[in-house]
Amino acid sequence: MTQTHADYRLSQLDQLEAESIHIFREVAAEFEKPVLMFSGGKDSIVMLRLAEKAFHPSRIPFPVLQVDNGFDFPEVLACRDSWVNRLGVRLVVASVDDDIASGVIVDDGKTSRNRMQIGSLLNAIEVNGFTAAFGGGRRDEEKARAKERVYSHRDEFGQWDPKMQRPELWSLYNGRIHEGEHMRIFPLSNWTELDIWHYIDREQVEIPSIYFSHQRDVIERDGMLLSASEAVQPRGSETIQSRTVRFRTVGDMTLTGCVESAAGTTAEIIDEIAIARVTERGATRGDDRFSEAAMEDRKKEGYF
Amino acid sequence: MADESTQMDLLRFATAGSVDDGKSTLIGRLLLDSKSIFEDQLESVESTSKSKGYDYTDLALLTDGLRSEREQGITIDVAYRYFATPTRKFIIADTPGHVQYTRNMVTGASTADLGLVLVDARQGLTEQSRRHAVILSLLRVPHLVLAVNKMDLVDFSEETYEKIHTEFTQFATKLNIPDLVVIPISALQGDNVVNRSEHMPWYAGPTLMHHLEHVHVASDRDLVDVRFPVQYVVRPKSDAYHDYRGYAGQVAGGVIKAGDEVVVLPSGMTSRVQGIDLFDKEIDQAFPPMSVTVRLEDDVDVSRGDMIARIKNAPAPSQDIDAMVCWMTNEPLRPRQKLAIKHTTRTARALVKDVQYRLDVNTLHRDQDTKEIGLNEIGRVQLRTTVPLLCDPYAQNRTTGSFILIDEATGVTVGAGMINSAS
Repeated sequence: MTQTHADYRLSQLDQLEAESIHIFREVAAEFEKPVLMFSGGKDSIVMLRLAEKAFHPSRIPFPVLQVDNGFDFPEVLACRDSWVNRLGVRLVVASVDDDIASGVIVDDGKTSRNRMQIGSLLNAIEVNGFTAAFGGGRRDEEKARAKERVYSHRDEFGQWDPKMQRPELWSLYNGRIHEGEHMRIFPLSNWTELDIWHYIDREQVEIPSIYFSHQRDVIERDGMLLSASEAVQPRGSETIQSRTVRFRTVGDMTLTGCVESAAGTTAEIIDEIAIARVTERGATRGDDRFSEAAMEDRKKEGYF
Repeated sequence: MADESTQMDLLRFATAGSVDDGKSTLIGRLLLDSKSIFEDQLESVESTSKSKGYDYTDLALLTDGLRSEREQGITIDVAYRYFATPTRKFIIADTPGHVQYTRNMVTGASTADLGLVLVDARQGLTEQSRRHAVILSLLRVPHLVLAVNKMDLVDFSEETYEKIHTEFTQFATKLNIPDLVVIPISALQGDNVVNRSEHMPWYAGPTLMHHLEHVHVASDRDLVDVRFPVQYVVRPKSDAYHDYRGYAGQVAGGVIKAGDEVVVLPSGMTSRVQGIDLFDKEIDQAFPPMSVTVRLEDDVDVSRGDMIARIKNAPAPSQDIDAMVCWMTNEPLRPRQKLAIKHTTRTARALVKDVQYRLDVNTLHRDQDTKEIGLNEIGRVQLRTTVPLLCDPYAQNRTTGSFILIDEATGVTVGAGMINSAS
């Protein structure tokens, strides 16, 4: 039987997977000390899954770096530990609290934890001598990311200069760096939020339970539902209410809002997102709301 | 829902045109009409439009990325946009059309299946639209769409459309454009973008969205000539996989099957494919652009930068490369210059032996009097590499026929090359 071209068709999700695996292998082959930045969020879990596939049956040939901002959801840390144990990868934790205590970063009382993480992250990269750091950023997330390369060059200060980006052609990535510089690598550049969920659904991989619908004590603040905790207490006329919610992104507990949702499975989440009318960052990330160019500014300083 | 979406295929297309041609408005329209824009994004654009005193929502603002660009009202770099319809996902490489930004267009076109060139119906073909078509043709983008925009401003005149259509078709005969479609549209009002225009009953062709959804791209890939550049050697050295040795890479051409007789280049050693692994599953065959791991029956020496091909269909290793190069940095390319070259998974050094001519992308004139290729210029060069490259003509395979040039001092990518031939 002769085969036609139709037999050699690859779905878009398979094409994205193949492209990302290519990127992981390229970095592992060309960089001396890569590291995977793991936030515990769904994007970084998809990265871990792709890395697992890229090197199978070998172990992932680089460690995982997590910046502990002191306000991580316990469910996220539990999920992280489960992944790290199953894959047998080395976990490097950079703690914002430790870095404040040792004077690596300064807590002036005005700077958000999210911003202070930048200092902890850059310090961990420098101290460990990492030359390439995988990040879960996607170009569909935000305007400033739409122009970022898969290989994104950072100078000795960890800064991104959008005007000095290297052209990136075909699938030929240029990983040349000088002493003290590093490269941020974004293997999920071409994935959308929906692609990520379809992939999680298809692969049936473990993600933090807070992505799924659950009962939670929340406080409504500036139109966002924040999880009530020691660090987030009612102000003024605010009250603690129990709601059925889930998180669309995970980050700092004090800044990351949840949405009311009954979606309890990945399939239900996909249906919910398919009809969602607000971007995930716009809805639930206090850190992106401050100004239209908030992400651009943080990226230039060395944000994830 | 879930099943349908995981089966969707992918179309990557590059857009070219200047702000005046309404390119950003068109992209905004595609995103809006395919419901790929969210409320908060639309609100932000509406409020910005209002604060600037516009009496319409400026869809162009949706795609203007960086603050530095918004301040200057220009687009400085390639931006990638995403949208999907029930059958296809689309990745747009949105490139600015100004004369000084050839490098961005080349970058955006390098991965595109389709190129979309916009012209203003009032202006007709300009030097810029011709240049865009030339670049898309040089980059061997197999499908081209010429969108004749702002038809509303020429009273939806069939005559105007026909004139541009004829002129462009004639020009295109000088280029390598296997598939050309010319569509009259109004991006501002949405005519023939997603919905068929009521104002142009004389036009019987597809709407832009219909064409993007249905253009056939699967057969654009080379499924005959097996090319597998080895990216990474997988050697677990664990108890469970003590003797496992696999060659990981992304298939660049052809269909590799278990049992195939193969040759490893440049050593010339031959073996047989023992198995092909896709993560923890063994598969029968692999084709582009799959990322797989290939195991061979014999214990031959294979490392990164090598290529697996068929015994009777393999590229000849070559150190003398004849190529078209697009130059991307201020200091011009000159004979005797030494650069790093990255071709598939192989990195070497290259010496510029000769600059044969500089191509004028507006007139296709070959200027043989100059021995320099400046920023945003394209020319034909001869290179000599320190190690043999395992390459094909770019016209045959866009992966094994392309390379980048890197400045060894700064580490910056300074050139993009498309191989004519190797000897």
